[in-house]
Amino acid sequence: MPCINPDGTLTFAARDVLRSLDEPRTEAQIQKVARQPVYKVRSSLREMEVLGWVSAGDDRYALTEAGREVLDRLVG
Amino acid sequence: MTEQQGNVAEGHGMPRLGMPAPQFEAATTHGTIRLEDFKGSWLVLFSHPADFTPVCTTEFIAFAEIQDQLRDMNCELMGLSIDSTYSHIAWVRNIKEKMGVTIDYPIIADLNKEVASLYGMIMPGESVTETSRCVFVIDPAQVLRAMIYYPLTTGRNMDEILRLMQALQTTDEHTVATPANWRPGDQVILPPPATQDAAEERVNAPGLECKDWYFCKKDL
Repeated sequence: MPCINPDGTLTFAARDVLRSLDEPRTEAQIQKVARQPVYKVRSSLREMEVLGWVSAGDDRYALTEAGREVLDRLVG
Repeated sequence: MTEQQGNVAEGHGMPRLGMPAPQFEAATTHGTIRLEDFKGSWLVLFSHPADFTPVCTTEFIAFAEIQDQLRDMNCELMGLSIDSTYSHIAWVRNIKEKMGVTIDYPIIADLNKEVASLYGMIMPGESVTETSRCVFVIDPAQVLRAMIYYPLTTGRNMDEILRLMQALQTTDEHTVATPANWRPGDQVILPPPATQDAAEERVNAPGLECKDWYFCKKDL
């Protein structure tokens, strides 16, 4: 999985993508802020949507409540 | 179903230049990736025969060495072989440990040969269990723009892959063609005129170096 390592921790790419979502952003903005190539951003966002961490709308991605909790744990 | 789609479905087809690149979703060393995830950037998709083999190791290092230059051209890299993700991970770690080179591009673990079959990477005359040394250049609109096939014995030339990318992007940007052995900065070729009037105009046009009406070059 692009987001989660076999040991349950987040991958570096997933961390960067999650951190970039401190506010709703477009795919291109996430790519720039997270400094990740486009394929990694897309595959991570797709998985995060399945996990319920991210929701998509109006060309922008935003953290859900669950995603914010994951991010808070990451930061905290 | 077209002939190409039929052949591809049967697993012995070859993709065609100028056609949409066959779509796939695959397990890679960077997680599950779809071809469509690369839309908007160029992609060099390449296959190698097997992990932990010497020629492939030299190629993997060589691809890593041109990755930054490709990125500067909005181009990503992705490898493939009929090995498991765990084998790929172990090999990548081995290359880092023994050769000091970080492999930062994803590698498809194509154990069921699904992608290899879609792209005609297996050459039964050489091996039915390994992919040959194939390179597919896919453009931002996901159209297959170039293919290179090398045999198991012969490592690929990274200069040529870079040159090919530069030539394709120059062609797209300026609507020109590139001559043999073209390098950035060299003159480019104008597409031959399609009418008699256009041919007359072409030979009299300023700024062109014409040998004849069909053979004109210019500086960019």
